[in-house]
Amino acid sequence: MSLLKISGLRKDFGGLTAVLDFGLTIAKGEIVALIGPNGAGKTTIFNLISGYLRPSGGEILFKEENIVGLKTNQICKKGIGRTFQIVKPFLGLTVIKNVMIGAFNQTDRPDLSEERSLQVLEFLDFLDKKDYPIGSLTIADRKRLELARSLATQPHLLLLDEVAAGLNPKETEEIIAMIRKINQRGVTLLMIEHVMKTITSLADRIVVINYGMKIAEGKPFEVLRDPNVVKAYLGEAYQIAENQ
Amino acid sequence: MKRDRSGAHPANSFRNVLLIFFLVLLLVLPFFLNPYLLHIMIMTFLFAYLSRNWDLIGGFAGQFFLGPVVMFGIGGYTSTLLNVHFNLSPWIGMVPGGILAAATGMALCYLSFRFGLKGIYFGLVTLTFPEILRVVVTNVGFLGGVNGVLIPFRQNSLLYFQFAGKLPYYYISFLMMLLSIYVMYRIERSRSGYYCLAIREDEEAAEALGVDTLKYKLICTGIGCFFLALGGTFHAQYLMFVSPDTFFGIAFTLEVIIRSIVGGVGTLFGPVIGSFILTPLSDISRGLLGGYRGVHLMLFGAIIIAIILYLPQGVGEWFGRVYDGFRVRFDRNVDRKATPWRRGQGAKY
Repeated sequence: MSLLKISGLRKDFGGLTAVLDFGLTIAKGEIVALIGPNGAGKTTIFNLISGYLRPSGGEILFKEENIVGLKTNQICKKGIGRTFQIVKPFLGLTVIKNVMIGAFNQTDRPDLSEERSLQVLEFLDFLDKKDYPIGSLTIADRKRLELARSLATQPHLLLLDEVAAGLNPKETEEIIAMIRKINQRGVTLLMIEHVMKTITSLADRIVVINYGMKIAEGKPFEVLRDPNVVKAYLGEAYQIAENQ
Repeated sequence: MKRDRSGAHPANSFRNVLLIFFLVLLLVLPFFLNPYLLHIMIMTFLFAYLSRNWDLIGGFAGQFFLGPVVMFGIGGYTSTLLNVHFNLSPWIGMVPGGILAAATGMALCYLSFRFGLKGIYFGLVTLTFPEILRVVVTNVGFLGGVNGVLIPFRQNSLLYFQFAGKLPYYYISFLMMLLSIYVMYRIERSRSGYYCLAIREDEEAAEALGVDTLKYKLICTGIGCFFLALGGTFHAQYLMFVSPDTFFGIAFTLEVIIRSIVGGVGTLFGPVIGSFILTPLSDISRGLLGGYRGVHLMLFGAIIIAIILYLPQGVGEWFGRVYDGFRVRFDRNVDRKATPWRRGQGAKY
């Protein structure tokens, strides 16, 4: 059974078509990477799925239910969590309270929410910093906080928007391990990523888009050798040079 | 605050002792005060109450709500008119007043947010709305017109919320202040409270975590406006008079908000501390410097500038630093990075 099924998705911003006839099916438990050059429409697709933007056409089925037109918070309650490319922590609150706001998605009791948050923090190896104000966190820790917060909402599908961007190699290793652990818990993942290492070591499947359209889909190494993909990333000239 | 749950370390019991001391002090204080000082204390409590309730919307949930005076006015006028025309006790009349104010506030909120007016634009809507009502009330005879409405003195009775002396007003306003603190204390610890904080910090992120931002904005506005309106009834009964200028004038809005800013926006005790500093200050400086017109306002302004310069998060910040200082000194297990006040990062909750 497919968890998420997108078909014919389209988004126009005035005269500009950002996403055109995009289709994607994700099965339960998969890790799918969405890649493409800058401005290809990756984040737009995320915003369409999570309800920040309303599609101009097409449908998004989550657990066989159309979620187009629902508000962002309703979509979160259905079980789709997301993280932001530019992290958006609640700056005035401590780490644990940030996570508790996510955990309140499943309960209205503060004590249960706190308990749940502590579990999530422990799961992500973050417990020692639970009372820190956000101002004292490094960027890697802030990314981890993004993960913890959205994980606390107990999503079935998690949309990760460039969680490995801006991290050093060691931190990247850590976050890859974390993402794998999350997936092993049964959370299906759709991730936007530029860091190839993350993609090749995590993704079961890669979807490449350019100018809002899907240009390739398949296993990581096959897709990355696809001439269309190489062209999209490196340009026509590179390919001609390769062939000579 | 949440972090206190770990147990009763010395800084904590120090705070409790301090609170009980102030409570007892304020309970016995009126017997030593002359009517003038009693009046100042009543206004201090009233403003603490109003600022506390404004701060729920404006500080805690971070909405640019510049119209507390509308709710105040609606509360005062509703209970007064019901009292004068229908002989209804203000104790009962304050309930429809509160409900009307809550409905008005929520309607304003809903219309603004529905059409995407946020931040400063929402502020403009709420700032101009009292002006509209002021003009309406000034020109409608039934509502008392420009002269306002005088509340006839029937008898010295609790039933009619009318007293000959100031002492009962002192205790009623004191209780109202405690009530507002208690309400806030409860909200702070509930899911709604956490959601309000999330909305203040980042609405987009809050939505992504399943927070129905519109709903919780309406809830906190409703609660805040309801209690602001009760403050209006109290003020009306205290003055025995309602007039468009005091009950719908913009000056009053500023008075309420400035106390919250000086004490510490979005903190439990900040607005109360602000009122305890500014209300006596403004009254006493007016009394002492009244001979020189406007000098007391200059003094007032200078103090506010000084506080904003040196304690940008309000006087409450200073208390927070002392509190963190105590924790670090007496509790060796405290993680020093987890003392935000001391580090000047001011994570309040």
